[in-house]
Amino acid sequence: MRNLRLDRITVLNVIAAVTIMVALYLALIQAPAPANVDTEAQRYAQRIIYFHISHAWVGFFAFLVTFLGSVLYLWKGERQWDILASSSVVVGVAFMTATIITGSIWAKPAWNTWWTWDPRLTTSTVTWLIYVSYLMLRSSLDDPARRARFAAVYGVVGFVSVPITFFAIRWWRTIHPVLFDASNMGLSPNMRFPFFFSLGAFTLLYFVILIQYVRVGHLADEVERLKAATRASRR
Amino acid sequence: MSFLHQIAAIIRKDVIAELRTKEMFSSMFVFALLAVVIFNFAFELRIADAATIAPGVLWVSVTFAGMLGLNRSFVLEKDRGCLDGLLLAPVDRSAIYFGKMLGNFMFITLVEAIILPIFSALFNVNLIQAWILIVLLLGTLGFSGVGTLFSAMAVHTRAREVLLPVLLFPVVMPALIAAVKLTAGLLDGQALAEMANWMQLLVAFDVILIAVSYMTFDYVVED
Repeated sequence: MRNLRLDRITVLNVIAAVTIMVALYLALIQAPAPANVDTEAQRYAQRIIYFHISHAWVGFFAFLVTFLGSVLYLWKGERQWDILASSSVVVGVAFMTATIITGSIWAKPAWNTWWTWDPRLTTSTVTWLIYVSYLMLRSSLDDPARRARFAAVYGVVGFVSVPITFFAIRWWRTIHPVLFDASNMGLSPNMRFPFFFSLGAFTLLYFVILIQYVRVGHLADEVERLKAATRASRR
Repeated sequence: MSFLHQIAAIIRKDVIAELRTKEMFSSMFVFALLAVVIFNFAFELRIADAATIAPGVLWVSVTFAGMLGLNRSFVLEKDRGCLDGLLLAPVDRSAIYFGKMLGNFMFITLVEAIILPIFSALFNVNLIQAWILIVLLLGTLGFSGVGTLFSAMAVHTRAREVLLPVLLFPVVMPALIAAVKLTAGLLDGQALAEMANWMQLLVAFDVILIAVSYMTFDYVVED
């Protein structure tokens, strides 16, 4: 049974790796160059959207998973939900970091600045800060039960404040391109396939990494349990 | 004892404790004053009109000073073993939350009441306007609402006081943004109707975040 489970994860890893390679090919080579840009640098930089938006989506999705895990933990008090919530934060922060960095790389040729206090950028940064604080809170608590409870509370309160921050977008003048609105998509039709493929590929990557983290979390618990058992039997 | 009486009893306890030592209020007040003075020096040479930075400076000073008060709020309870006594008392857990929260709100508001005239004089702006005061109260309410919850968490961590600002600032960011926007708009003489959305955001933040803090407070103090 144990071997079978390991194998399933290995298969998933291989699928994710292949999917990411295909996504890279589609985004960097197959996707057409954008028509409505001025400079060479902007033409190349445009391809970053295939990664930037996928990462942003995965980041926010990961924090949603953390929120759900936190609520379930507070409700049920089962350890597995705490492991899920904390694992998802680690992956989410990594993806969010990548979002901010890729956005910055794109902004230089497109807006001629690495950074601007555009609301969407600000929201992403504040969200990133909330979950970095979440990790700091966890690392500052020793008692596992209390750590799980406090982290769950912070996971809930933090997530609730994100949409309120996000709302401010509408009222601030924004220079961030709105890729999707009600009428059109902002992407030419032959860009859509690489875009959505990349979105799916990175979502898959998220789940693969999340599964690994959750597994490590359960194994760490097992190790603690065995250690305690060994100490008890030695006495 | 009704729920409101329970809340009032906890506020009274905090006020009496504060009146005996006066350490929280005095440190908050002096800190706020220091922040205002330091900002004055830091910006004076480069900013033509001090009024343009007044809203930001005001909110930074108030929230940083408030942070000191919020930290003391539960550190005192924990260090002197009062927290266990509070939890053993036959009062509702949510009464503890609202009592501590309103106590913190009162202390910060009091600091604001004293700092505001001084601030107005130093920056040569008139902040004593009805709507600015309302914005100040709403902002402080949201800040102390979430701050009380996080303060109860931070005292149990290894980093203690250090962690509270790290936890609190990113979460209260939307309220701070709205409060600064509103204060600036009101100082510029904009009509409130033009900024109704910011006011709604601020009120929504207060209502939602205080409700969530109230619902989760039980999990923070349970042992």
